Amino acid sequence: MAVGLDFGALADYVPVFVKGVGVTVELTVVGGTLGISLGVTCAWVKTQGPKLLRPVVSLYVELIRNTPFLIQLFFIFFGLPSIGVSMGEMEAAILAMVINLGAYACEIIRAGIEATPRGQFEAGASLAMSRFQTFRHVVLRPALQRIWPALTSQLVIVMFGSAVCSQIAVEDITFAANFIQSRNFRAFEAYIVATLLYLALAILLRQGMRLLGTALFPRRRAAR
Amino acid sequence: MLVSRRLLLAAGLSAPFFASVSAYADTLDDIIKAGVLKVAVPQDFPPFGSVGPDLKPVGYDIDVANLIAQKLGVKAELVPVTSANRIPYLQTKKVDLVISTLGKNPEREKVIDFSVAYAPFFNGVFGPADLKVSKPEDLAGMTVGVTRGSIEDLELSKLVPPNTDIKRYEDNNATISAFLSGQVKVIATGNVVAAAILARNPPKKPEVKFLIKNSPCYVGLNKDEPKLLAKVDAILTAARTDGTLDTFSKKWLGAPLPADL
Repeated sequence: MAVGLDFGALADYVPVFVKGVGVTVELTVVGGTLGISLGVTCAWVKTQGPKLLRPVVSLYVELIRNTPFLIQLFFIFFGLPSIGVSMGEMEAAILAMVINLGAYACEIIRAGIEATPRGQFEAGASLAMSRFQTFRHVVLRPALQRIWPALTSQLVIVMFGSAVCSQIAVEDITFAANFIQSRNFRAFEAYIVATLLYLALAILLRQGMRLLGTALFPRRRAAR
Repeated sequence: MLVSRRLLLAAGLSAPFFASVSAYADTLDDIIKAGVLKVAVPQDFPPFGSVGPDLKPVGYDIDVANLIAQKLGVKAELVPVTSANRIPYLQTKKVDLVISTLGKNPEREKVIDFSVAYAPFFNGVFGPADLKVSKPEDLAGMTVGVTRGSIEDLELSKLVPPNTDIKRYEDNNATISAFLSGQVKVIATGNVVAAAILARNPPKKPEVKFLIKNSPCYVGLNKDEPKLLAKVDAILTAARTDGTLDTFSKKWLGAPLPADL
């Protein structure tokens, strides 16, 4: 069976892909920033924070890490309206990604914090820093530096996870590819383009995170 | 020894000719030879196709698939598909037939062939009773939910004003959920899906606002399969004459087969 590739058939749909890239980038940047912030907060609670909150955070982390992302997304988008919490598909997608990344990032960052030598905490205390100041200035940065490559990979995974959000009509790259192949039946071409776009974005994201790492941790190379 | 070598040589030389013969064989012959008819059926589209209590697909489309297989004297192998991927499944020869509430349009006719119609089907825009919409222009500035890649999606996208926000969901279940959960107040879908929503007795009942298209269901086949097409057409025409399709319609859609199908 001869299958001819015809990328010209995609010409009319370039704007759909452009919009898709925009949405995927938005989801990844907003979801990633908020998610990592949530992860840092949760990691702080689990290692240094109020003892009362620790089981709550543990419950959250285990709940999210042991259920599929798609179910979390559907729960937020289709489930919550039945108790009166309704939001648009972009908000639902970002919320789901933040909650999901928050749980994974928490465990990654916690590992980094726990690998911090006890002497560093004592050094902070001996400089009359509060526990929060010690965490903020002495512990967090080297901890992040240690787990930066793992965090980068998790962020890339979350970006790929955003493909699932096309299920609830979020118009990302995957939506663009599905939309186009439902119109002109050029499934192969549409998915080739989508694959290349994801690949390019993932490479950009990794390089961006590497540069951000070098800027954040100037004294040692971030990616080892 | 010499003879057997010659035989081997002859066999070796003639092999390519046999191979070329089988390459031209019709799909119908392959189906009969294999004893299995692979059919793409919906599993998210009751009453045409859904998962029954025993986790096997049931519905109008499945009955038609089994009918065709039975008349061909082979076993039906049901392959569950979604609206978006049913035609790629056919194009990549993962299935022999698509019996998946498939409507006919010129874009699809460019890539696949269609049998005679086997089931009645129309679609339109549905919304709650208090919503004043009677034509596509009334949807200006509103949000409409639809299943991506479905015939409603293709038609509605042409009909509505540019400032209508069309939300395209992955499958019919997502579209139904979006309506039931209030994510969208208006949906474009089939009469059958609206009936399925009504059956769940929701607070806001979908009422038909205007018809988009009356598009009966056809069996989809790959192009250049004249023998298979003729056979499927013959089976369906016979089923309409002897009342089998009417029985299916009453059983699954609660109404007799329309005379103009």
